[in-house]
This record gives sequence, structure tokens and C-alpha cells, in this order.
Amino acid sequence: MGDQGRRFFSIYIFGKKYQVPEGLTIQKAMEFAGYQFIRSCGCRGGICGACFTEYRTPGSYQLKGALACQALAEPEMRITQSPFVPMHRADYHLEALRAQPGILGKIYPEIYRCLQCNTCTRICPMEIDVMDYIAHAIRGDIEKVAHLSFQCILCGACAARCPAEISQPYVALLARRIYGRHILSLPAGLEQRISDIKSGRYHRVLERLTQLQIEELMRVYIQREQEPQEADRWVPKNPNFPEDLF
Amino acid sequence: MLSLKERQELLQRFHPDYREGGRREIRVGVNRGERVPNELADLFEGISLVRPGEIDLDHVRQEVDVLVIGGGGGGAAAALFAAESGAKTLVTTKLRFGDSNTIMAEGGIQAAVGKFDSPALHYLDTLGGGGFQNLPHLVHALVSDAPVILDWLVRLGVMFDRKENGDLLASFAGGQCRRRVHSAADYTGMEIMRVLRDEVYGQGIEVLEFSPAVDLVLDEKRRCAGAVFVDLDTGERFVIRAKTVILATGGIGRLHIQGFPTTNHYGATADGLVIANRAGARMIFMDSIQFHPTGTAYPEQLMGLLVSEAFRGWSAQLVNGEGERFIHELETRDITSSATIREVVDRKKGVITPTGMHGVWLDTPLVEIKKGKGTIHRIFPHLFHRFHTYGIDITKEPVLVYPTQHYQNGGLLIDASGETTVQNLFAAGEVSGGVHGRNRLGGNSLLDIFVFGRRAGMEAASRAKEIVIGKLSLDHVIEYEEELERLGVLKREIKAPLLLPDYRYEKALGRVHQ
Ligand SMILES: Cc1cc2nc3c(=O)[nH]c(=O)nc-3n(C[C@H](O)[C@H](O)[C@H](O)COP(=O)(O)OP(=O)(O)OC[C@H]3O[C@@H](n4cnc5c(N)ncnc54)[C@H](O)[C@@H]3O)c2cc1C
Ligand code: SF4
Ligand code: SF4
Ligand code: FES
Repeated sequence: MGDQGRRFFSIYIFGKKYQVPEGLTIQKAMEFAGYQFIRSCGCRGGICGACFTEYRTPGSYQLKGALACQALAEPEMRITQSPFVPMHRADYHLEALRAQPGILGKIYPEIYRCLQCNTCTRICPMEIDVMDYIAHAIRGDIEKVAHLSFQCILCGACAARCPAEISQPYVALLARRIYGRHILSLPAGLEQRISDIKSGRYHRVLERLTQLQIEELMRVYIQREQEPQEADRWVPKNPNFPEDLF
Repeated sequence: MLSLKERQELLQRFHPDYREGGRREIRVGVNRGERVPNELADLFEGISLVRPGEIDLDHVRQEVDVLVIGGGGGGAAAALFAAESGAKTLVTTKLRFGDSNTIMAEGGIQAAVGKFDSPALHYLDTLGGGGFQNLPHLVHALVSDAPVILDWLVRLGVMFDRKENGDLLASFAGGQCRRRVHSAADYTGMEIMRVLRDEVYGQGIEVLEFSPAVDLVLDEKRRCAGAVFVDLDTGERFVIRAKTVILATGGIGRLHIQGFPTTNHYGATADGLVIANRAGARMIFMDSIQFHPTGTAYPEQLMGLLVSEAFRGWSAQLVNGEGERFIHELETRDITSSATIREVVDRKKGVITPTGMHGVWLDTPLVEIKKGKGTIHRIFPHLFHRFHTYGIDITKEPVLVYPTQHYQNGGLLIDASGETTVQNLFAAGEVSGGVHGRNRLGGNSLLDIFVFGRRAGMEAASRAKEIVIGKLSLDHVIEYEEELERLGVLKREIKAPLLLPDYRYEKALGRVHQ
């Protein structure tokens, strides 16, 4: 470990200059500089959206964005973090909604203000085509929005920059919830299993299993049939196991 | 697959839980005599962040029926069910609402809904995974509620993976005799958490962020009656009084047990265990930590981060430096981690990574070969993206992995309604223990947090209707410290709970701290 042999360079954190070794993520570079995070740090694995960071590098006019826990610190980079973007979440009751084409625009009418400037897509750290999913939202294609936005981590970077003041991640979240609840079918078999459990179909076997001593339990355990990993259509030799034991 | 006897031998020789010197006994309080990892024992001997006399318990900032501490999946579920049962509910959390281990879950959630599956098989698998030591009545609750939970999540709009005919897609995790894990690509935790968070907002439930609990408050009958919090920005301490309290503070990965890296989020620092222990809540199996066999070993920036078990469920194999497969893909995590450590430490067949760490190969390209081209993009988009950032294409190249600290198998002892041994204090999720015995199966934690979050939420809400809170007290904190002092083990330099890990300065270079 230690820092022998590591090359150091400067970065500017909220305007202040620090020397940090190469090879660290922005997040770790800030920690090396002495920050103990309260904000801008959650999963440390690129999935929670807490650490969105904006920066410029020398010689480029561009204001870039990245997740601090994923992107490497670069020499002379000037960074600032925006852990919170106040976003607009409309009030709705999912159960009462229907998957009609105009529903997203009814709940979030500001989507019609989109200027197609593509700023959102350019900044998204998850490389989502945000402008495209907003376009599909305007067209009313809920399923398309759901799939295109699936990797959104709600970092808010797009919403912070949108000239039309759209909170894209909340439009997408609504689309996904409508898709999951009202477009995908309720899974077959699930209701049946729940009512079987409620009516006590497994009660006896579970009660008996909970009363077994360890040795007896092990004997039952090793009799389980293993469903093969590769087979798509498989039928166990004894579909009544372990009910049939009791 | 290994026999039960072979499993036991492998664990005893190579599992970190069995390593000499890694654990020690708790010296004071209700859990005296329990063995826990040293890193946790240290916190149990530290001093409270609440100094006696510094805080006026007659001055409460807010009063609620149900106080939920912890804003992950367990806390969100508890809050939703408590509020639905009519209780005035408040969610408090240390970081942002949703910053949690829940949001990081990749693989999925178990529920026995398949045609040839049943709650009874789920029961057997869960006990076999836990070394047959799980508390039976808790597992009974777990497997019986599983389909209800899945249905609840579907109705909230969670986009679970489906087959072409619309049926739920199920896959394998280690230790399962049936395909039973339901996923939303490798985003399962994120997908569920963002939906639950949205629902909590939609229901108008109040959420207080960046305000960790630093001690529980009891009344004169030693029933839980609220908590002391600290505002992380201003340092202000304040009291919230509640008729019932639900602790859902998650796990302990960031204690880096035995120097292991971890898959856990930044706030997984055992706070709930520390404050509940002081308040007199019993623990179970806290000597048992889960090490996940496939933590990332390279590149260094991703050290310890999880590579989903679902890869093995989808046919990827673990192979050593000589290209030999050394363990069956569907063995449980404790076994697979032990086998990996044996391969590297004992058989010397590991791989040295470009940065000098140990690892073995997880043959990810096999997924594309066996399950068809495009499978990785479809099932593992997040992991593909994460490695791609570092120039590694996991559809073509295998990845280097090594065991990483993943999960606390044990925790606070609860009954089937989620209540701890302290009256009116409930616990839900990773902070609780018993249901998984000494080793949790993949997909059973997401299930656990919702099953017991729901049960705790409903029970805490109905209990709250009858409760009249007595006089608030922090005597238990003072007594606990006095007892430590008498034994000469009080560690004044350690503030407990830890709240935030310290990775500043040179520590940022430590490889385990990603
Ligand atoms: C990378 C990863 C992948 C996983 N994959 C799976 C999987 O595929 N399937 C599965 O079943 N399980 C999986 N698990 C395990 C599972 O996700 C967790 O065990 C589970 O989500 C824990 O939920 P929880 O609500 O108990 O705790 P968490 O989700 O961790 O939430 C705890 C919350 O409490 C807050 N908190 C902590 N201390 C305090 C305090 N002092 N005061 C107030 N709030 C506090 C935290 O900030 C956090 O918001 C995975 C875990 C990880 C880390
Ligand atoms: S769509 Fe917007 S909120 Fe979602 S990840 Fe991309 S930039 Fe962040
Ligand atoms: S930033 Fe806003 S206005 Fe521009 S394309 Fe995106 S949604 Fe439309
Ligand atoms: S800390 Fe969660 S995305 Fe970076």
C-alpha cells in the first residue's frame, strides 16, 4: 500500500487546490484530500446516484458530468458536486391510473415543453438517451419509456440542466410503474399460490418441518431433487415432496 | 455437489468465521458472553455520542406513533404498512432516503411461486443454507409470506423480469433446489427501492434525512419510547418520542471485518446493533458473517464490489489459475467462499492480479456461450457498464474475483412479528437475526426485509394504539458505560455508533476501502 511510486497531480475541489495520487476515483481522491463525506456518497458502486459531479478539464470548454465513485480523477480537474436536485414529483395514485397514451403528459404536462436540445442525454452518467425517452413520453409510448429509462439512477443531472424544467427521472419512474402495474400482466400462478397458502395447503407440512430435529431435517434435506440448471422443461420425479413424507 | 460432511470440513478449515482470534466475547449487558467480530466488540466498548445531562428529555422535537429508523427497503416497507394501518409514521435515516444496501441488490428476491416449487422446499433450502440453525418459526413466516410480498411489489409497479409469455422469470442462486429468484435485470434492489421511495412520498409519509439515531430512549418500564438523533450538518442533537420504534438500519460491511473489502454501502456501520445492544436487546448469530465469493478483485477501483451470484445461476463457472473448475456453481456462499480461499491459500492455484491481489476467474463469457449471445446485456446491464468503464468487456473476458464481506447473518433476535426482546422495539431487515441461521441464501434478504418490515410495521402500528408513553430515560446508556468502566474496558477513544466510516488521507489508498 502506501503512496510510494505514485505520481501526484493537482485537482480543485470546490475551488481549492489539492495534491492527489493518480489512479483514484474522484470520490477517493476527495477522501485522500481530507473529505469525510456526508453527502455525495452512498453505494460507492455506481448505482445510487448520490455522487454526481460536474467538472472541467484544462483546454476544454465543456462542462462534463460523472459519478465520483466511478470516474477517475484527472490532472487539473476542477470539480463541484450536486448531491441534490430539487425535482418535481406529481401526486398520483398508481392503482387508479390507466395505461392510456396521454397519461404521462396529463400528469407531467411540462414534457410538451421539451426543446429537443439533447442536453439531458449528453450529461447522463448512465449513458441513457434521455431526450429519446422524453420524446416517447410525448408520443405516449409508456412501454418504450419504461425500457429506455430502466437504468436511470435518479441522480438528477438531467433535471438540473433541462431548459424546459422537466424532471425527467420522475416522468420515467411514473412510466415504469404504470408499465409494471398496468401493462405487464399480473403473473399467472401467483394469486393461486397466495390463496393456497391462505387456505392452509402448506400449513401441515410447514408445521411438521418446524418440529423436526436437526438429524431428521438433514435426512429430508438431502432427498430434495435438484432442478437442473440447463433444462427448460423439467418435471420432478416426485412433485409431492416433501408433503408426502408427513 | 458436496455432502453435508464435506461442507462442514471445508468451512472449518477455510471460512473466515472460524479463524482464530477474529472474534471475542461481549463483556457487559444482555449479550454478555456472545462472541462477535472484534471490530464490532470494539464498538460495543465505545462511548455514546449522547453525554448525560447534555440532552433534555422533556424537550422533544416531534412525537409520532411509529418511528422508523433506517431508510432502506426494510424501513420503507415498515413505514408503508404502518401508515396503511393508520399510524402517524416518521422515517428517519442517516444518508439520503434510499442510500442503503437495498439499492445495491443485484440478483433478486426469492419466492416459491413456480409450478414445481413450494414454500416447503423454500423452507428446506433456507435451513440447509443456514446450517440447519435458523429459527424455525421465522423461516415459516419468511416462506409463507413470500408470494404475498412478490404480489405487493408487482402491484406497486416493480418491473420484474418476465418470460416471453409474461410469466415471471426465475433463476437460481446457490443452495436452491428450484429456480426461485425473481429479478429486475441486475438492478433489482434499485428498481424496488426507487418504487418504494416513490410510494412513501406518494403516501405523504414524512422522511427525515441526514439524521442518524445515536441512541434509543426507553421509558421507566424499559420499553422503547423513541430515540436521540444527530443532525449531520449542524451537529444538533434532538429527541423524537414514539409509541413504537422500528429499527431498520441494515448491516455492518463498513467495519471491514478481518480487513476484508465489502460490497456494502457507505452507511453500513452497525449503528442499529450498537444502540439496541445498549438498550438491552438480545442478539443471535452475530459471530457469523457472510463473505460473498465473487467480490471484484480487479480493477482496484472496483475492489470488493459485488459481481452478482446470478452469473453462476446463468451458467458462469469459477475456475482457478490453471483453468480448472473447483466448485459447483450452486453451492451456498459460505462453501463457495471457503473453496475459493482454499484454492488460493492452500492449493496455491489462484491468480495474482495486475495490482498484486489474489483472485480466481469467474468465467462470464460462458453465459453468452451457454445461454445465447446478448444474454449479458439483457440480464446484467449494470455490471457490463461498470466493467466497461474500465475497459473490460465481460462478454468476452472473464473477471477476477475473491471473497468480500457481504452480509451480517445474525443480528437482533426477533419474534415472528418483528419485535425484539425490548418491548415496543421492533427490528426488520439485515439488522435482525435468526431467520438465516449462519448463512443466508441469495435472494432471501430482499425477501426478509419486506416480510419482516411488513410484519413489524403492522404490529407496531396496532400496538401504538394502546400505548401510553411513560417518562423518558437514558439511564440504560449511563449504566452500560458504568459497567464497562468497572471492568476497565471502556474505550473513550471510540465513539459508538460509528455513523460514517473514515477513509480520509492515507486510508483512501487502502485497497479494501472502495
Ligand atoms: C451489493 C449487494 C447486493 C445484494 N444483492 C442481494 C440480492 O440480490 N438479493 C437479496 O436478497 N439480497 C441482496 N443483498 C442483501 C440485501 O440487499 C440487504 O441485506 C438488504 O437490502 C438490507 O436491507 P435493510 O433495509 O435491512 O438495510 P439497508 O437497505 O442497508 O438500509 C439501512 C438504512 O439504514 C440507514 N441507517 C444506518 N444507520 C443509521 C442510523 N444510525 N440512523 C438512521 N438510519 C441509519 C442507512 O443509511 C440505510 O438507509 C445485497 C447486498 C449488497 C450490499
Ligand atoms: S436519466 Fe437523468 S436522473 Fe436518470 S441517470 Fe440519467 S441523468 Fe441521472
Ligand atoms: S434537456 Fe429538457 S428540453 Fe433539452 S432535450 Fe432534454 S428534456 Fe428536452
Ligand atoms: S456513490 Fe452511489 S453512484 Fe456513486
